[in-house]
Amino acid sequence: MSDNASRTATAHVHGHSEEDYLRCSHGWKSWAFTLDHKRIGVMYLIAILISFLLGGVMALVLRAELFTPDKLFLSEDMYNQMFTLHGAVMTFLFLIPSIPAALGNFMLPVMLGVKDVAFPRMNLASFYLWVFGAIFFLMAILLGGLDTGWTFYTPYSTTTNTAVIAASMGVFILGFSSIFTGLNFLVTINTMRPAGMTWFRMPLFLWSLYATSIIQVLATPVLGITGLLLIAERTLGIGIFDPARGGDPVLFQHFFWFYSHPAVYIMILPAMGVVSELVSTFSRKPIFGYRFIAYSSIAIALLGFLVWGHHMFVSGQSALAATVFSALTFTVSIPSAIKVFNWLATMYKGAISLETPMCYALAFIFLFGIGGLTGLYLGALATDVHLHDTYFVVAHFHYVMVGGTLIAFLGGLHYWWPKMFGRMYNEMWARIACLIVFVGFNATFFPQFVLGSRGMPRRYARYDTEFVYFHQFSTSGAMLLGCGLMLCAGVLIHSLLRGRKAPANPWGSSTLEWKCSSPPPHHNFDWPPVVSAPYQYDHIVYDPNHQGYVEVEDIPEEEDELTNAPVESHS
Amino acid sequence: MSVSSLGISLTGLLAAGNDGTIAFPSQGSTVAPAVDSLFYIITAISAFFFVLIVAVMIYFVVRYRRRPGHDVEKSPSHNTALEITWSVIPGLLLVYIFAQGFLTFLDMRKPPEGAYEIQVVGRKWSWAFQYPNGVVQNELHLPLDRPVRLVMSSEDVIHSLFIPAFRVKQDLVPGRYSKVWFRTTKPGEYRLYCAEYCGQQHSTMVADVIVHEAGEFEPWLQAEVDRMNDLPPAELGELLYQRQGCVQCHAIDNNTTGKVGPSFLGTFGTEQPLADGQTVTVDENYIRQSILDPVSQVRAGYQPVMPTYQGRLKDREINALVEFIKSLGQ
Repeated sequence: MSDNASRTATAHVHGHSEEDYLRCSHGWKSWAFTLDHKRIGVMYLIAILISFLLGGVMALVLRAELFTPDKLFLSEDMYNQMFTLHGAVMTFLFLIPSIPAALGNFMLPVMLGVKDVAFPRMNLASFYLWVFGAIFFLMAILLGGLDTGWTFYTPYSTTTNTAVIAASMGVFILGFSSIFTGLNFLVTINTMRPAGMTWFRMPLFLWSLYATSIIQVLATPVLGITGLLLIAERTLGIGIFDPARGGDPVLFQHFFWFYSHPAVYIMILPAMGVVSELVSTFSRKPIFGYRFIAYSSIAIALLGFLVWGHHMFVSGQSALAATVFSALTFTVSIPSAIKVFNWLATMYKGAISLETPMCYALAFIFLFGIGGLTGLYLGALATDVHLHDTYFVVAHFHYVMVGGTLIAFLGGLHYWWPKMFGRMYNEMWARIACLIVFVGFNATFFPQFVLGSRGMPRRYARYDTEFVYFHQFSTSGAMLLGCGLMLCAGVLIHSLLRGRKAPANPWGSSTLEWKCSSPPPHHNFDWPPVVSAPYQYDHIVYDPNHQGYVEVEDIPEEEDELTNAPVESHS
Repeated sequence: MSVSSLGISLTGLLAAGNDGTIAFPSQGSTVAPAVDSLFYIITAISAFFFVLIVAVMIYFVVRYRRRPGHDVEKSPSHNTALEITWSVIPGLLLVYIFAQGFLTFLDMRKPPEGAYEIQVVGRKWSWAFQYPNGVVQNELHLPLDRPVRLVMSSEDVIHSLFIPAFRVKQDLVPGRYSKVWFRTTKPGEYRLYCAEYCGQQHSTMVADVIVHEAGEFEPWLQAEVDRMNDLPPAELGELLYQRQGCVQCHAIDNNTTGKVGPSFLGTFGTEQPLADGQTVTVDENYIRQSILDPVSQVRAGYQPVMPTYQGRLKDREINALVEFIKSLGQ
């Protein structure tokens, strides 16, 4: 340690040449019209957390109702509206934007070593489009609710009296928000990488955002058009989906899932990117098989376009189509499996510390493992016929989308929290919250696999008494999960008020965002950062004076394909 | 196949008598054992990999935890041979799972020649099962050990017929016929659910499935025909009211909770306002018209959502319904 301490004298401890992004300007206008990607990221963060709270409260109300087989306090109408809005709010307003739009917006330029995204105004526009889309969702709630399920299947959605048009407009507008973000990220990564930031020196989180953006730009327009067609069908009765007018109701499902299956990868790919960062940092090991992980992100993004038909094995599509989609579906699981093995191999012979973000990363591997493996039952034709539209599916996609995306989002939030707000949180309480969330999550959703294989259909307000035990177990778990999330929120809010000041690099990470102060200055870096391979920890040592990690000058020479001489950036 | 034998021994382990296993309801059709065994094969493979991953993860966390005196050890940051191995082995297992699922699926989709055919109509929110001799029931009665083919259609939105014990499910799409077949293996009562969300009372769109003992199905069916033929009109009307789905939307008392149509109680012979502002007398002609062309004269305050029964009811049956409504008082 004494050797380290002496080296810190020459370490990069950057002074503050300007105020950080939170304090550099004041007043509501400085936020509302900001072009700073960091402020936009923070506004996104607040907005999606409000959505998450709304969707979460609805989830708890639904689970409470299901505590008894018969009516407890929700009418069937109310129940149907509640699960529809829970699904729609969680999917469109929380899960899809959570990591890319909130964490990605904040971190992408900093991790890339540049001042901002390529199109800052477009970035702000994407946020306001999101707000605008969310308002349409709220309008749908006020205009007589929405009871179609988040999937809007025709012809139910063209005949129900509820506010389908407002909600479809909301989805249409949110789609533009998503496309803007994706386009911005693609252009930023393609054109603005500073000298030295080669493709294979990009942190894996950026690879995952790049792959995600491809999906956002290519798939979202299909959803937007589908929403417009649905509105046209309802208002003009043009007969695209209505069999009485020569339309095809199953066509809607093809359109819908052509977007909505890739949308699952919009949620899970950034989550995998976050986990790659966390596992490497907290093991102090270069990520194992960097190129395989990077390529597997792109592979998932592309293969994800070819599997939408696996939602429709019992819809009446041809047996041939079902077979082809089943086969293609299995191909997606291979790149996902590769990533899991790579994370484990990264931990091998590492120096693993279980700080809160790493606890979430381990929870992610556990939950995503279950979510991914249960996908095999649904990809296989014979078992899917039985399990389709049962609670097995509900459990599966909650493990993937919530156990995967939400847990990785929380891991990423805890990881980058000190960077974003310049404050540390209470490590012990944050870990306890993580544990409660993990236990509560499994107690909620694991029983639902059994419910499903035993034949409990999804979206039932009332159910047969034979299922009551599993439902009560699940509901109790959901309440515990709710408590865990509230504790998590409490810990983070407490840190804003009372947390100790965060050092520039509290975890010993080696990617560029940790080279600027916490929170970052308005232009991210006081001077252009030195770009080197992203996961090299040898020259990053703990400095007790700063209660954080610092870089030492004399970088030990490690010859590796990723380690070349550092190059000064020109950003 | 060592993997499949592992799956089958697991089946035995989890089997818990006649009431199915912890994972499944009892097996009521010939395809059920194949589905279950594939399920257990996947479970065995998944459990193996999951336990492996979590065990390795926990071992690494304990073995390589950051502590004084322990630092990162040198290890390669990639290993192409290893990475190809752990891509190819799961890949081969996936091919095996896909093939098993495909083969069983083919059995599910191809009914044998000469299967006994039952027509199924799904509508918000009830099932109607019609037998070749014209009997209509809200319960699905089935012969034992004989291939049965359901030819299904929907009158409004998409529904899905799901019998967990038979491991079959198929959507009913308006505007086309869909088919599903199975062969029962065990007499008894089972549950049938609507698995595709279809609106307000989706969760009550359930029916009982009764598989008759050997030799008891035909006599039951004949008895039903005789019963229909012998009933006085008003009683036949009441039976049809129950079986044809009228009961889902029309009350016959003052309790109209959850009903989207008007109650039949005390309406016959009364004057009622229509949605277009005119009035109509509820008489034999109005009832007949409402059954055959329901949206032509919709009562004020109600939506034009009723499906037509044109071609689905015989004259004798329409008359019976009129008599039944008449019997509910003026």
